Amino acid sequence: MRYDHPSTVQEALALLARAPDSVLIAGATDFYPAQGLRPVTRPVIDLSGIDEARTITATADGIRIGALATWTDIAKAALPPAFCCLQLAARQVGAVQIQNVGTIGGNLCNASPAADGVPPLLCLDARVELSSVDGVRVLPLEHFILGNRKTARDPGEIVTAILIPGRAGACASTFLKLGARSSLVISIAMVAVLLEADAAGRVAHAAVAVGACSAVAQRLSALEADLRGHLLSPALAERAMAAHLSPLSPIQDLRGTPEYRLDTALTMIRRGLAEVGGLV
Amino acid sequence: MSSATCRLTLTINGHVHSLEVPPMRRLSKVLREDLGLRGTKVGCDAGDCGACTVLIDGASVCSCMIPVGRLSGREIITVEGLSEGAALGRLQRAFHHFGAAQCGICTPAMLNAATALLRSNPRPTEDEVLTAIGGVLCRCTGYRKIIEAVVESHRFADEPVTPEAGEAVGARLRRLDGLERVDGTEIYGDDVCPPDCLWVRVIRSPHPHARFTIGDPAPLRTRYPGIAKILTAADVPGINLFSVIPGMEDQPAFAEGMVRYRGEAVAAVVMDTATNEIFDDSHFPLEWEVLPPALTMVQAVAPDAPALHAKRPGNILVRGFVQKGDLDLHWSKAAVTVEGRFDTAFVEHAYIEPEAGYARRVGDTLEIYACTQAPYMDRDSVAAMMALAPEQVRIVPTAVGGGFGGKLDISLQPYVAIAAWTLGRPVRCLYTRQDSMASSTKRHPASITARVGATADGKLTVLEFDGDFNTGAYASWGPTVANRVPVHCSGPYYLPALRARTRAIHTNNPPAGAFRGFGIPQAALAQETLFDELADTLGLDRLEFRRLNAITAGQPTATGQILETSVGMRACFDAIAPRWREAVAAAEIFNRTATDRRRGVGVAGMWYGCGNTSMTNPSTIRVALKHDGSVVLFQGAVDIGQGSNTVITQICADALGVDIGKFSLVYGDTSLTADAGKTSASRQTFVSGRAAQLAGEDLRKKILRHVNAGTEARLSLDGRHLRITDGDATTVLDLENLPRGKDGMVLEGEGTFDPPTGKLDANGQGIPYATYGFGAQMAEVEVDTLLGTVKVLKIVAAHDVGRAINPMLLEGQIEGGVAQGLGLALMEEYVPGRTENLHDYLIPTAGDVPPIETIIIEDAEPLGPFGAKGIGEQALIPTAPAILCAIRHATGITIRQVPATPERIRAAIRAAAGEQS
Repeated sequence: MRYDHPSTVQEALALLARAPDSVLIAGATDFYPAQGLRPVTRPVIDLSGIDEARTITATADGIRIGALATWTDIAKAALPPAFCCLQLAARQVGAVQIQNVGTIGGNLCNASPAADGVPPLLCLDARVELSSVDGVRVLPLEHFILGNRKTARDPGEIVTAILIPGRAGACASTFLKLGARSSLVISIAMVAVLLEADAAGRVAHAAVAVGACSAVAQRLSALEADLRGHLLSPALAERAMAAHLSPLSPIQDLRGTPEYRLDTALTMIRRGLAEVGGLV
Repeated sequence: MSSATCRLTLTINGHVHSLEVPPMRRLSKVLREDLGLRGTKVGCDAGDCGACTVLIDGASVCSCMIPVGRLSGREIITVEGLSEGAALGRLQRAFHHFGAAQCGICTPAMLNAATALLRSNPRPTEDEVLTAIGGVLCRCTGYRKIIEAVVESHRFADEPVTPEAGEAVGARLRRLDGLERVDGTEIYGDDVCPPDCLWVRVIRSPHPHARFTIGDPAPLRTRYPGIAKILTAADVPGINLFSVIPGMEDQPAFAEGMVRYRGEAVAAVVMDTATNEIFDDSHFPLEWEVLPPALTMVQAVAPDAPALHAKRPGNILVRGFVQKGDLDLHWSKAAVTVEGRFDTAFVEHAYIEPEAGYARRVGDTLEIYACTQAPYMDRDSVAAMMALAPEQVRIVPTAVGGGFGGKLDISLQPYVAIAAWTLGRPVRCLYTRQDSMASSTKRHPASITARVGATADGKLTVLEFDGDFNTGAYASWGPTVANRVPVHCSGPYYLPALRARTRAIHTNNPPAGAFRGFGIPQAALAQETLFDELADTLGLDRLEFRRLNAITAGQPTATGQILETSVGMRACFDAIAPRWREAVAAAEIFNRTATDRRRGVGVAGMWYGCGNTSMTNPSTIRVALKHDGSVVLFQGAVDIGQGSNTVITQICADALGVDIGKFSLVYGDTSLTADAGKTSASRQTFVSGRAAQLAGEDLRKKILRHVNAGTEARLSLDGRHLRITDGDATTVLDLENLPRGKDGMVLEGEGTFDPPTGKLDANGQGIPYATYGFGAQMAEVEVDTLLGTVKVLKIVAAHDVGRAINPMLLEGQIEGGVAQGLGLALMEEYVPGRTENLHDYLIPTAGDVPPIETIIIEDAEPLGPFGAKGIGEQALIPTAPAILCAIRHATGITIRQVPATPERIRAAIRAAAGEQS
């Protein structure tokens, strides 16, 4: 079995080009539980040493988060108020030990329907930067995650960054996670809400995303449209209706029924709107 | 790098190690297997339990998910490295001081997780501690003493309690075996084996009910040349059946042609270490013919259901029955009646240490070193299976990383025994988390219907109780559950008439066995919830209703037993009453302004008989003076974290009248210590403790007789000199000059205690237990009515323990019991095949367990050592009913199925509001 621990993106891409069947690992917090005690037979490229893809930087267009930034990196970073939802999610991924090694890029590539990072990043209009020896392409997050454990990453590509555009107006956001215990818990449902104010104190832009209620977390565009133009206040909560959840298609599993997931998602959306509506 | 292994330089605890390992090997495995740093524990290999937490560059990480290949140049700290540097050692001493380590299996991880916090924040708040340790599961402590130790670590007075001779009982003594639990040197089941062991892997059924044939093993052996032996039922030299209860033998070590539950062992493969690294169980040649399973009790008792065991028609393992009083008469006196049906789930013990151990053959003796709660029972079961005399089997219990009843039954013992005996080489076994959860026993799911009546002035008149208990595929402790429940289902209340019927029903599920409370926690859920409904119907305060009916000395129990002494039930309710009034008032004030959150308060009572039901269960303890002036306690009671090593020594020290600091312990080895019974049924403090008291008194008598001193004489040891002061006269014995017996002992005492009980008659009348523990708990909760989530805000626990031998350890038992009760109430549900891991099967984390106020009531039991009774199971029983009653108070909805998951609570709230769900 081949194992490589490159220290630059370029080195990693060259390795991947030579062995496209390689397993890419970052934090490895999803890899090991899935592998169990079976021996690893495929070649492994361990991306965790690529420091250049771990930094969080302000760019001309917004914020660039290196794909190898850990949840702890994100939680501790000085970021604009719009990122509150992402930072709240960062503190609720598993527990501290997971947050210290689990990465944002790994969370997206693993593409779990219950990935805590996805609803906040959808609200932030995140785009995913994919690099290969042939160059770089950028996909909107909703075009990157295609389904349960399925992404648009080609075998020769590595996710190198998450790009988040800047916003002109004042923003605030939040994240709510429902689980059956206080930490180390897989979400039953989760909600991210982001609101941007215009000069008159009205909703210039709204983003509401729900996770663990469909194969891929979804933005609720009809609700967002219904929120636009209204005065920012906790009363925005009353605008969210069950009909707005129609893009969701929750499954029945150990953690909840579809009915329960929709019911609680709506409650969390309303609470999120009440909170953020009073903040901006 | 392209080879299978890589050369690495690792810096661990400041030491540089150079080694050649596969780069994807988990750090946890490198630490334990390649470097021998076994202070790092492994509980799940999946990041779900956090037991393997170490520090890398100061940050806490799960070492089971770190490929070692990435660690060159990083600074790794394990528990072995925490003792270096005074500040860090201080945290370990705080754990020791506050009783933060019980079984100790999570302690290295807790210490590391807390150290990561304390390095940047030496004076953390409780919330900061909760975040830091939230990823480490503890099943023993209920987390409260861990939180206290971390918060207080910077300021606690590091002074151990050192009682004078004769004053050990009642002292908040630090655990005598506690230092090795905080410095990482304690030896658990997987820490004990020598380096040259073979491995045995157990091949299990993926089906709950199926016939199977084992195919030609030749291809498997060709594929894996490192296989030393393949074991099947044909390799069992003796009887391929075992049971924990004599006469109930029904469970094979290896299934013979048919399996009765998913996870049942069908074969085992003995192999060398290299093969164990690569062996894939799915390559084992098996052919299955899947049969329809009876997964529920309804399916199992259907007229056309096939019998799991031919000798048990209708799949009824056993029935329990207790009846007293004239039912019709007392129904006629009932002004109000309530009834209900209640359902509970399989609950997994979820000890953080999976089953592990090894066996070796020493001449004609078979030695098994493994985690266990019942060494003598293991010895007898293994001897029968191996066709050996019991004396040929030596069981040496390792430290036990949590048991709670789940390590009473044998697990890996037969596999390592057969392999080591026949191959003549040491053989080890380590269950994966999935192995452990799929194959080990569970708490019985119960379906209970109960009906209870009371007079208009609130006096209970009659209870009718029918409980079916899903006992799974094999007997295990099913008969104990079926027999304990009818005795206890009245709760700690006086009822003039009662009829209780139980059945233990076989299904194609893992065997349900012993789990802290043997069925009583399930029964208490039904009984206490109905009592709340009765009180409300009568317009009585719910605590006052219970207090009014609480059993008192002189009143007959359900089995007609009249307890003359040590019935502290009413005292427990009285102790809670002031808190109750405050909490109810506070909840009402909160709810006046609350919108979608409601608070409520619940209370529940509990009683529980200490020791086996109507059966002899003696303990024998020996204590000896050694020629060098030490006192050696030979005690066979297994300390599974609850603290019996400390408590039993405290008792013996005071009975002997010698400073406890002079004691050393010989512990739990069937070749060195007498049988002190199993660690179960809340019996070790009461039964083994009493035996230790008798042993101490016996030795004291012999010493006094030797120097002809009076009974009030004081003893003190100064080196090898024993000073006996009797009034003005002082005698000094030089122990070196006394004749020595075996092991260098010069004087010894022995004590045996078997609690007096009697058989129950056809109506279940008689004396099942010599004494009972009593208790009451109050829960304050906040329910999010829109999400269905419950936050338990506080628990007040008042327990009559007769006498608190060690209040700190007692609190630890109560806090841990509360945490397990909280899990039972709100989140724990084992589903075979679906929750065989610790992320789908949820147990409480640090943030789920609220502050717990313990109130100790001491209504002395004359039979107990210095008046003491048990607490291990008692602590868990009232928690779940108190929480359910609090939810009912908060929301008006009555929960009749546990766990009361957010979804179930929300559905009940919606149904009550008339909403479609």
